[in-house]
Amino acid sequence: MPAVSKGDGMRGLAVFISDIRNCKSKEAEIKRINKELANIRSKFKGDKALDGYSKKKYVCKLLFIFLLGHDIDFGHMEAVNLLSSNKYTEKQIGYLFISVLVNSNSELIRLINNAIKNDLASRNPTSMCLALHCIANVGSREMGEAFAADIPRILVAGDSMDSVKQSAALCLLRLYKASPDLVPMGEWTARVVHLLNDQHMGVVTAAVSLITCLCKKNPDDFKTCISLAVSRLSRIVSSASTDLQDYTYYFVPAPWLSVKLLRLLQCYPPPEDAAVKGRLVECLETVLNKAQEPPKSKKVQHSNAKNAILFETISLIIHYDSEPNLLVRACNQLGQFLQHRETNLRYLALESMCTLASSEFSHEAVKTHIDTVINALKTERDVSVRQRAADLLYAMCDRSNAKQIVSEMLRYLETADYAIREEIVLKVAILAEKYAVDYSWYVDTILNLIRIAGDYVSEEVWYRVLQIVTNRDDVQGYAAKTVFEALQAPACHENMVKVGGYILGEFGNLIAGDPRSSPPVQFSLLHSKFHLCSVATRALLLSTYIKFINLFPETKATIQGVLRAGSQLRNADVELQQRAVEYLTLSSVASTDVLATVLEEMPPFPERESSILAKLKRKKGPGAASGLDDGRRDASSNDINGGVEPTASTLSTPSPSADLLGLRAAPPPATAPAPASAGNLLVDVFSDSPAAQPSLGPTPEEAFLSELEPPAPESPMGLLADPAPVADPGPEDIGPPIPEADELLNKFVCKNNGVLFENQLLQIGVKSEFRQNLGRMYLFYGNKTSMQFQNFAPTVVHPGDLQTQLAVQTKRVATQVDGGAQVQQVLNIECLRDFLTPPLLLVRFRYGGAPQSLTLKLPVTINKFFQPTEMAAQDFFQRWKQLSLPLQEAQKIFKANHPMDAEVTKAKLLGFGSALLDNVDPNPENFVGAGIIQTKALQVGCLLRLEPNAQAQMYRLTLRTSKEPVSRHLCELLAQQF
Amino acid sequence: MFRNFKIIYRRYAGLYFCICVDVSDNNLAYLEAIHNFVEVLNEYFHNVCELDLVFNFYKVYTVVDEMFLAGEIRETSQTKVLKQLLMLQSLE
Repeated sequence: MPAVSKGDGMRGLAVFISDIRNCKSKEAEIKRINKELANIRSKFKGDKALDGYSKKKYVCKLLFIFLLGHDIDFGHMEAVNLLSSNKYTEKQIGYLFISVLVNSNSELIRLINNAIKNDLASRNPTSMCLALHCIANVGSREMGEAFAADIPRILVAGDSMDSVKQSAALCLLRLYKASPDLVPMGEWTARVVHLLNDQHMGVVTAAVSLITCLCKKNPDDFKTCISLAVSRLSRIVSSASTDLQDYTYYFVPAPWLSVKLLRLLQCYPPPEDAAVKGRLVECLETVLNKAQEPPKSKKVQHSNAKNAILFETISLIIHYDSEPNLLVRACNQLGQFLQHRETNLRYLALESMCTLASSEFSHEAVKTHIDTVINALKTERDVSVRQRAADLLYAMCDRSNAKQIVSEMLRYLETADYAIREEIVLKVAILAEKYAVDYSWYVDTILNLIRIAGDYVSEEVWYRVLQIVTNRDDVQGYAAKTVFEALQAPACHENMVKVGGYILGEFGNLIAGDPRSSPPVQFSLLHSKFHLCSVATRALLLSTYIKFINLFPETKATIQGVLRAGSQLRNADVELQQRAVEYLTLSSVASTDVLATVLEEMPPFPERESSILAKLKRKKGPGAASGLDDGRRDASSNDINGGVEPTASTLSTPSPSADLLGLRAAPPPATAPAPASAGNLLVDVFSDSPAAQPSLGPTPEEAFLSELEPPAPESPMGLLADPAPVADPGPEDIGPPIPEADELLNKFVCKNNGVLFENQLLQIGVKSEFRQNLGRMYLFYGNKTSMQFQNFAPTVVHPGDLQTQLAVQTKRVATQVDGGAQVQQVLNIECLRDFLTPPLLLVRFRYGGAPQSLTLKLPVTINKFFQPTEMAAQDFFQRWKQLSLPLQEAQKIFKANHPMDAEVTKAKLLGFGSALLDNVDPNPENFVGAGIIQTKALQVGCLLRLEPNAQAQMYRLTLRTSKEPVSRHLCELLAQQF
Repeated sequence: MFRNFKIIYRRYAGLYFCICVDVSDNNLAYLEAIHNFVEVLNEYFHNVCELDLVFNFYKVYTVVDEMFLAGEIRETSQTKVLKQLLMLQSLE
C-alpha cells in the first residue's frame, strides 16, 4: 500500500507549512511569509549555484505562498529550470508551478515550450504525461500554436502508452476548446473514433470526451462513432456486475463511461441503421429494467452510480423523442422517484420530468403526477426542490388543468420564498393569459397576484393586463368593476392603484351607472390613495383625473380644484407640476369636442409577443440574447405608458389626429388675426406628441409643453412691436454651418417641431407656427451639463440678399444658462419675398471658460409660407396648362430613400404645406397638390404632382410655379423627403 | 448554480469537495466522481486527513491530474490510478 509521510522528502517545506499553521494572527502569517520570501530571494540571487533539490524546495514554498493568496513576482526562472531536470520530483514541481502561475511573459513562454517539446519527444511516458498535463491545464493560445499539430500524432501513434493516450486525448480536447482553428483536422480523426474500441477502458473514457466535443462541431465527420458507441455501451450494460473489474464501481459497471457514451449519442438523432437502433433500444430498456431490480448494495454510492446512468438514459430517450413506449416508461420511473426518500432523486426527477412534459408522447403521462407535484410544492423542505416543482407545474400546464395549477401556484405564492416569488408571479401571469378561456378569470388572477405579492409584480405584468383589457372590450366592464372593488380594501398595493387608476380612467364610465360606483365615488376612492403613492403613480393618477373630466363632466369642478391646489401646481417634482399645469389649462381652454378627441379611449395595442414571456426567458436563460429582450421590454414599456407605438410615420410627420381636428386642412381665413393661437398651440402640442396621454418619461416634445405661455390675446404683430435690437455680427465672425446643418434642415421641411440639434453640451428644440407670410418660432436651448453657460448669445444672421427677403426678429435671452436649465427664445419671422437660402442661427457661449460657437441653418424654408389651396380637377388642369413655360416647370426623377407608403407620403405632402387634391390625377396612385406661397411682396401659385413607381422604387416629382427659381427650389426641397 | 455553471459538492468531515460543471451535466455522475476521488486519496494517504492534503498539496495535484484533466474525467479505475501513483512515488 502506498503511504506518504508528511512533507515527504522536503523537510524545509514541512517546517515552513507548520510555522504558517502555527501563526496566531494574520499579521504574524504575513511576517513569516515576508521573512521566507526574503530568504528565498537571497538564495536565488546568491552567487552559489543552487542544487536541484533546493530549487525544488524553494519553488514549492513559493507555490504554497501563492496558494495562500499572496502575489509572487519571482521564481519563474527557477521553475523553468526545474523543467529540464532529469529527476521526476523536480520536474513535477516545475510543471506544477508553471501550470498554477501561468505567466504570459513571452521570453519565458519560449523556454517553457522548449522544455515541453523536449519532454514530448522524450519517449518517457512519465515526462510526456507531465508535459501533456501542463498543456492541458494551461491551454493558452501560444501553447496551441506550438503543439496542436504534434498531439494528434501522439494520440494515435501505435506505440504510445495507454496513460499517454489518455492524457493526449484530453490535452487535445482542451486545445480544441480554447482555439479550434489551431487544431488541424486530418487523417487522425478517423483513427480517434476507433479509440472507442480500445481495450483500455481509461483510454475509451478519455477519448469519448474528445469525440463528443468534436462531434458537436463536425457531426458529419464523426458519424461512424454512433455504431461504435452503441456497441461499447451495449457490452457495458449487459456485462455482469463484476466483469469489468477495475472499472466496476460499487457493483455498477463503468458508470462514468456509460454516462459519457449516452451523452455522446445525444449529439445525434436516433441511429438510421435498424440493427444499431435495435441494439441501442435494447440497451435503454435494459437500463430501465435494472432500475426495477433490487439494489445490489445498500450503499448510496451504488444507487447514485446506477441512477446517474438511468437519468442519462432518460435524457437520451427525451432527446430522441420518438419512442412513445420508452418515454412513458421513463415517465413512470421518474414518477416513482418523485416520492423517493432521497431529496436529490426527487429534485432530479422533477427536473427531468420538466423536459418530458414538453414531449407530445409523454405530456399526458406527466400530467398524471399532478397531485404529487402539487404536494411537493407545498411540503418540500428544500427551496430548490420547490422551485423545480413550480417549474414542472408550469411545464405540464395546459387548458385542462390551468385553473387548478394557477390556483395552487397562487396559494403557494402566499408563503413562497422571497427568492422565487417574482418568477412564480411571472409564471402565473403567463399561464393565466395563455390558457384564459374567459378573460374575467384572467383579470381576477392578475389582481390576485397584485394583492398577494404586489411587490413582486413587475411592470411587465401590470402593463400586460392593461394591454389585454384595452384590446378586449368584452372584459372592460368587468375589469372596471373588479378594480373598483379591489381598491376599496383599506390597504392596497401601489400596483393595484396603478392598474385601478388606468382602468377607471379608460373604462370607469362602464360602471358609472351604479350609484355605488358613481363618478364622484370613483374619483374620491382613487384620490384617497393619491397621497400615499409614489411620484410615478401620482403622475398616472393625474392623467386618470383629466380623463375623468372628459368621461364625467360633473367631476370637472372637483378635479380642477385638485389640480389647482398648490401641492400640485407648485409641486417640487417637475413631472407632477407639468401635468397639473397642462391638464388644468387643457380642461379650462379646450372645448368639449377637443377634450373628447384628445382624451379619447386608448386605441388597441398592436399584438406582439408577451413582454412577460420575454422577461421569464431572460430570468431563465442568463446570457442568451438578453440584449434583444431588453430592447423589447423598453419598447413595450414606452408603449403602455405612452399609448401608441411610435412609428416612423408618427414621428416624422404630423400625426393623423391633427387632421381629425381639422386644423391643418382648414387654417383660419386670411383676415383672421392670431388671437386664437394660444388654443391652437395647445392642441398642436398634443397632436405632435405621438400619444394623447403624455408618457412618464419626458420626451423632447413634452419638454416644450412646460414652456407654454399662458393664453394671451396677443397677435404675432403685437410681439413684433417690441423687438430686441438685432445685433448682427459681422460676416467675419460667422463660422460656416456645421457639416450636418443641411441634413438637420431637411428634417424640418415637412414638420415644424422637434429637436434641431443636440450634442453633449446643448440641445436645441424648435417649435414653430406659420400663417400667411408670418411665422413665430420658439427655440429652446437646453443646457445638458451641470455647469453654467456664460455669455450665452444666440443670434440670427441673414447671409447675402436674405436681408431683403426675410425679416427675422429675435427677442433677447438671458446671457447665462444654468446647468440643466432651458431658455426659450422667440423669433418673429416675416417673409418679404421669395427666398432660397435659410437664415443662419449662430449660437455662441462660454462653457467652463472655453468659447463655444455653433452655426446652424434655421429651419425656415420657403414652403413654410405655403397656403394650401383646394380646387377642382378642371381648375387644376387649366392652371397647369397656364404654367407651361419651360422655366416654370421643375422636374426630378429620383430613387426612394424611404419605404413607399402612401399614407406617409400624404402626411409629408401635407406637412410640406400644399393641399392634396383627390380625384384629379386619373391614376389614383399619384399625388397632386396645390398651394400659394405668401410673401409680403407677392404671391406665388404652385402646383405639384408626385408619381410613385413602386416597382422601380422611384418617384417623379413635377412642380410648376409662376416663378422659375421657386419651382426649382421647391422641387429640390421636396425631393429630399421621400 | 454559479454563473452559467452548477457546482456539485460533497462534504467529508470539515472539508467540502466542489466540482463546477455545465448545467446540463449529469449531477449524480459527478457527485460519485468526487467520492471516487476521495477514496483514492484515502488509499494513497492511508486514512487521509486534512493535514495530509495541506502538507502534500503538490501531490494532491498529481492525483487530480491522474483522475481529471482538461475539465473531464480521465481515469475512473481506482486500481489503475493508485498503481500509477505508486510508480511515480518510487521515482526520485
